[in-house]
Amino acid sequence: MANLLELRHVSKTYSRGLINAKSTVALQDISLTLKEDEPTIMTVAGESGSGKTTLAMLLLGFITPTTGQIIYRGKDITTLEGEDRLAFRREVQAVFQDPFAVFNPFYTVDHLLTVPIKQFKLAKTPAEARAKMDEALKAVGLRPEDVLGRFPHQLSGGQRQRINVARALLLKPRLLIADEPVSMVDASLRASILETLRNLQRDHGVSIIYITHDLTTAYHIAKSIIVLYRGGVMEAGDVDQVIKSPQHPYTRLLVDSIPWPTLDQRWGSDTIKAREAGGSSVGCPFRTRCPMAMEQCKTQPPLYHIKQKQAAACYLHAEHSSIAAERLSELLPVKSELEA
Amino acid sequence: MGQDQKPVLRVSNLEVTYYTDSGRARALDDVSFTLNAGEKLGMVGESGSGKSTLALAMMRMIKPPGRIEGGKVEIGGIDLMALSDEDMRQARLSKIAYIPQGAMNSLNPVTRIGSQLVDAIRSHGIQDSRAQVEERCVNALKSVDLDPAVFRMYPHELSGGMKQRVCIAIGILLQPSVIIADEPTSALDVVTQRQVMETIDRVKDQINAAVILIGHDMGLMAQFVDRVAVMYSGRLVEVSTTREMFTNPVHPYAAALISSLPNLENKGVFQGIPGLAPSLLRLPGGCSFHPRCAKVMDICKTTRPLTRRVQGDRLVTCHLYNEEA
Ligand SMILES: Nc1ncnc2c1ncn2[C@@H]1O[C@H](COP(=O)(O)OP(=O)(O)OP(=O)(O)O)[C@@H](O)[C@H]1O
Ligand SMILES: Nc1ncnc2c1ncn2[C@@H]1O[C@H](COP(=O)(O)OP(=O)(O)OP(=O)(O)O)[C@@H](O)[C@H]1O
Ligand code: SF4
Ligand code: SF4
Ligand SMILES: [Mg+2]
Ligand SMILES: [Mg+2]
Repeated sequence: MANLLELRHVSKTYSRGLINAKSTVALQDISLTLKEDEPTIMTVAGESGSGKTTLAMLLLGFITPTTGQIIYRGKDITTLEGEDRLAFRREVQAVFQDPFAVFNPFYTVDHLLTVPIKQFKLAKTPAEARAKMDEALKAVGLRPEDVLGRFPHQLSGGQRQRINVARALLLKPRLLIADEPVSMVDASLRASILETLRNLQRDHGVSIIYITHDLTTAYHIAKSIIVLYRGGVMEAGDVDQVIKSPQHPYTRLLVDSIPWPTLDQRWGSDTIKAREAGGSSVGCPFRTRCPMAMEQCKTQPPLYHIKQKQAAACYLHAEHSSIAAERLSELLPVKSELEA
Repeated sequence: MGQDQKPVLRVSNLEVTYYTDSGRARALDDVSFTLNAGEKLGMVGESGSGKSTLALAMMRMIKPPGRIEGGKVEIGGIDLMALSDEDMRQARLSKIAYIPQGAMNSLNPVTRIGSQLVDAIRSHGIQDSRAQVEERCVNALKSVDLDPAVFRMYPHELSGGMKQRVCIAIGILLQPSVIIADEPTSALDVVTQRQVMETIDRVKDQINAAVILIGHDMGLMAQFVDRVAVMYSGRLVEVSTTREMFTNPVHPYAAALISSLPNLENKGVFQGIPGLAPSLLRLPGGCSFHPRCAKVMDICKTTRPLTRRVQGDRLVTCHLYNEEA
């Protein structure tokens, strides 16, 4: 069975400053595989600065890995040329975290949507192009007559974010990398956009890497989840298991911090330890904030295989056998139990 | 927070229209509310309902084709709408600060964080020495839990959460009495979100400011604000305390919003509010929510409901409450 996408021991380090060179490990040794004929929705979660956007940028070929390789349909994406490169750029689409940065303020919404239609020759006639635009806009709850012809600053935040999603829908990609695609829309719209994404996966065979910090939406649409902290995998597995029964202290902190919309479930009153700027680069990356830290945490824990579809990189689970980092994908179900 | 204290902010009858090519869009329709010092108000509503427009109007930052048609925004008794342009420029940041939606991306990418903070202070004609200004900036960074080293960094070297906290630091530099934060945490993870909210809470207490938190995350509202205001197509349809809003919303739209909230028990069920938000260019007559309202009556289709005070201090704009007033 062919692989759509394969990450082989991918790491990314940013360095800055020439004299006191300081480097940030944004992503550390990630190996992953997505199969061509098994479209899935995988969540990558983690706090701010954990490396989520870095992963997205790597997958899109916008930045290159410091070490390791990213293989798309058998070819290293850094070496893609000509037809292959064009195919990759069409088949792998992104919806970005920030709907404000990607828009050129001088182009209207129409322009934003017609460029990809022309570039990838998606329509034969202007009427067909218009029909495609309308369809994509309606799928994200926008009325074409309300938004076409407008400039980005004439739209609300949520409207811009949805135009981003519409643009990705238009291209019917093989792989969609969605970096916080619904962070700026209200609960009711969020539900309908997520449903659109789920249908894209279910009915059109699109695989989705859903990047978010929002565990409630992750829980609602994804099959599997990878929890990152400082670029490393803390926990991974079936999304239901990980969110309902988190095993890594960091995942527990994330789940505890979900602001539930009820008055009787208050945010934990214990103050959370802020992430320090530098932190320790050896041992468990969560060590400085972990209430359970022990002496042995000064060396990096491996992923312990707790259940068939759940593993955590934490010594609290050392009674289980460990699983090599490159076998991460084996922990990630492609389908949820409901569908299987 | 006593209800009888004099409000620090009083917004009355604020109206904004966008004159677009396809017609006039009334983005704010007769919006009035008050806020006490130290109070936190959540402003929620569907995408495009006018939340950011309200913030921009309060700052007098509406640009053409938009226009403020009328209304008052009084802070400590002074009407911002009556100020000269220069006085208004001074009032921004020192009386009222706005942390815009997506603010973290408006940081200048080629300028160090420190200079951006210093510029914000200098643009208010503050003549302190360089060292004093710098100290002030570093303190602002510290009060939002950022390392002083951030002063010398560029925006791209910071993660989203750090940039967002820089923007909050800019917002509080001059200790305003009203802080408007437009979706300050929607791009941030839950842990950082909690930290940012705690930061806002702490600086609010330090300077006894009133806070308007714009957003759509009802979870965040439940955890953070004292009162919640719900907007629907440019009107405030309900203003209630957080407890009242979550336990017994009175406006049908607010009620639908509360019941569309996700939980761990309804996996894969995406229950939105049926129907699309109306276009401001073609608002339904009468109550603009009527085509989607479960409790619609004949009068709703023809007559615009007025805002009334019910159950003590709650505001509601709906015909169901006509008699109660
Ligand atoms: N161009 C860059 N130069 C230097 N450091 C960078 C650069 N881009 C990101 N980093 C650092 O890499 C780490 C990971 O950043 P990344 O943007 O991937 O985080 P994220 O998980 O997407 O965070 P957020 O939720 O805030 O968007 C952070 O510590 C960040 O400061
Ligand atoms: N400059 C403009 N010209 C024309 N229409 C505009 C302009 N700015 C905003 N609008 C329209 O006014 C309405 C209110 O927009 P606003 O940005 O206030 O919404 P919002 O409630 O903040 O939404 P969101 O939650 O998506 O940020 C929207 O329908 C928007 O399209
Ligand atoms: S390995 Fe140690 S420090 Fe790391 S999460 Fe587990 S207990 Fe905490
Ligand atoms: S005025 Fe009528 S249509 Fe509008 S919210 Fe009230 S009951 Fe529903
Ligand atoms: Mg990011
Ligand atoms: Mg807005």
